[in-house]
Parts: sequence; C-alpha cells; structure tokens
Amino acid sequence: MASLKEVKSKINGVKKTKQITKAMNMVAASKLRGAQTAMESFHPYAEKFAEVLGNIAGKAGDEVSPLLIAREEVKNVHIVLLTSDRGLCGGFNTNLLEKAESFMEEKVNAGADVSFTAFGKKGRDWCRREKLSIVDEYLNVVGGKFGFNTASTSAQKIIDAFLNSEYDEVHLVYARFMSMASQPPVVQQLLPIPVIETVESQKQVAEEETGYMPEHICEPSPDALLDEMLPRNVYVQLYNALLETSTSEHASRMKAMDNATKACDDMIESLTLAYNKARQAAITMELMDIVGGAEALRG
Amino acid sequence: MAENIQLEIVTPEKYVVSESSQIVMAPGTLGEFGVLSGHTPFLTSLQVGKVRYRDEKGDEHLVFVSGGFAEALPDKVTILAESAERLENIDYERAKAAYERAQQRLADDKEDVDFARARAAMQRALTRMNIVQGSGSTH
Repeated sequence: MASLKEVKSKINGVKKTKQITKAMNMVAASKLRGAQTAMESFHPYAEKFAEVLGNIAGKAGDEVSPLLIAREEVKNVHIVLLTSDRGLCGGFNTNLLEKAESFMEEKVNAGADVSFTAFGKKGRDWCRREKLSIVDEYLNVVGGKFGFNTASTSAQKIIDAFLNSEYDEVHLVYARFMSMASQPPVVQQLLPIPVIETVESQKQVAEEETGYMPEHICEPSPDALLDEMLPRNVYVQLYNALLETSTSEHASRMKAMDNATKACDDMIESLTLAYNKARQAAITMELMDIVGGAEALRG
Repeated sequence: MAENIQLEIVTPEKYVVSESSQIVMAPGTLGEFGVLSGHTPFLTSLQVGKVRYRDEKGDEHLVFVSGGFAEALPDKVTILAESAERLENIDYERAKAAYERAQQRLADDKEDVDFARARAAMQRALTRMNIVQGSGSTH
C-alpha cells in the first residue's frame, strides 16, 4: 500500500488538473457561443446567395465558365485541409487527418500528385511530418476571429492556381458541425464547381420555393452574372467550412474537457478511498503498538 | 403614397440593414438604378458605391457597399455585399489610411505589386471617404 503522503500529493495533483480542465471547458463554451453566432449570422447571406446562384445557373447559356468544367485528366489534386491550431480537443484533429489521408491515398492511387493548403497548425504539422507539399499555410484562423476577407483572399489564390492549371481538382477537408455531439470530417469538392443543384442547401431552397421562381431581368446578362458569382461561391464555401470547423473545434474541446473533468472526479474518488484505507491501516497499526506496549508493561 | 418596399442589406458577417423604405437607389454595374415597390424581378451585380434609401418617415440614409449583387422583387430588395457599412459606422480615419496605403503601393514601382488589388482597395477607401464627406460622386 502506498504511503499516506504519496496518496495525498497525488490527490492534490489530480485536483489541480481538474481545475485546469474545468477552466478550459468554460473557455471553450464561451468561444463556442461566439463561433455559433458567427455561423448563424452567415446563414442569411449563404441562403440568399445559394438561391440567387441557383436561379442564375438555370438561365446562363452554354458558354460555361472554366470553373465549372471538369478536367479530363486529373494530375494535380489540391486539398485544403482545415484543422485546429491547438490540441486537447479529443479526436477532432485525428479524425480530420485520417479523412484527409484516406482521401489522399485514393487520389495518389489514381495517379495524381497531391498538394495542400493547410489552415491550422495541426494539419500543417502533419503535412510536414508526412513530407507532403504545402503550398500555403494559414495559422490563427480556425478557432479564432476571422472575417470573410480571410476566406476570399485565400480562395482567390486557389482559384487563380486552378485557372492556371496548376491544380485540376481542389477539395476541402473540414469538420461539419452537425450538433454538439457530432462533428464528422467531410470531403467537399471545391473546384471544378460541382453541378450547382446538387448542393444540399440549394436543394432545400429550391424545394421550399417550388412553384415560385420569378423570371428575373438580369443585368448585365445571366452569363456575366454567373461569371461573377462563381468565384464568390468558392469564397462562400470556404468561409462556411472555416466557420463550421471553428465551431466544431470548440464543441469538440468542450466535450473532451468535460470528459476529462469527469475522469478527474472518478480518480479523486478512488484515490480518496485508497487514502482513507491507508490512514485506517496506520491507525490500526499504532493501536496495536500501544496495546502491545501496555500488555508488555503489565506483564 | 405608394406602398413601401423592404430593403435588406446582408453581408457574410451580419445584417446591415433590414428596413421598410420608400425608395432604394443602388449602384449597379451598368449604372445607378432606383427601386420602388412593385418593381419587376431584377437581378444585377453592383459596383463599389453607395446605396441610398428613404425610410418610412422620409429620412434619407446612405450605406457603403463594396460591390456584390442585388435582387429586386416586387416587395423586397436584397443586397448581397461582401462588406457594407452605414454612413454613421464608416471609419473615416481608417479609410483615409487605407487610401494612403494603396496610393503608396501604386506609387512604389515594384514588380510584385498587385495593381488590381491596390486599385480596388483605393476605390473602396475613396468611396467611403466620399460618402462621409457627402460629396456624393460614386465614380
């Protein structure tokens, strides 16, 4: 049995850890609220944008934008990998990286070269460890405060590279925020832009508005409008992914820290039990000594 | 008096305006246009400029928009802009600083200057400054 002092100091250690995990839990909770608010404020824009885009896409003529055309031969695949900067958020980054890795293998097996844009330190570090080519890295974005211009600047860079045929396909790997309990990693094709009607939110909008699709007059022309909207659509997708990943990160950390706090409680309980047992044993020992001594004197 | 039309100016970060108004004037790519209630469905891209609208009481308001799109429906105008600010929220000093920075960048005869970006930044800053000064011209 461990000595009294040892157990005592262990209990104190665990208590300190618990304080930290509890504090981290609360910090994550408050950041989560901020991230969720940002996500909610983006919804009206995203929905309206999708609606207008769906509307225009139906009207534009055959002169399709190069952003829509799938390349026949896919040689260079670019992956935009969104992870968090910090750890201690459970399996969050591991899940994302596993997803990215299996997706990358799929592409490599198909004979493509893969390069990365890394948002978040964890993803960047992983790319470095695996000796993958990193085109761009952005730290202090995911999980922090960022504006739409962060997304539009980096998305424009990716679009330019795509138009220069440096990439034939661009995919996003990010954590979708489904609920507090589930933030699955997903892969989404960014470029060439997939058939617009297949995007989920657009489907919903279209369904809601069935029967009500006013014929718009377009200025300058549907084609010109579409050309302007498509790059913006990429910004919107990237911004959305950044928001979702940030929210997911905080939710994931909150849960991980909650579990850690619970584990600390369990540990403290079992250690206290051990402590009490040790103390009891010590008392019994002492008593035995005293009784033994008294008996000897009397004898 | 004609009916009012609902004006919504939305950016990715927030709702900037959501108000019932008598008339809305916006800077379309092919020129400024005005929208009254009962407008035929209309869709256009916008250039950097100012949106003017008159609220229910007849007071006029100015809003800066950095380009984007506008959709007019008979009862509603929606403006999607990457950034938009009401006149009273425009930071004049910041716009001025941005203007000078852009000017500096254009003046530097360096190879790696992204002229299109610098010019766009300059125009945004200039438009903001114009709105504040009330000199009005968008171009």
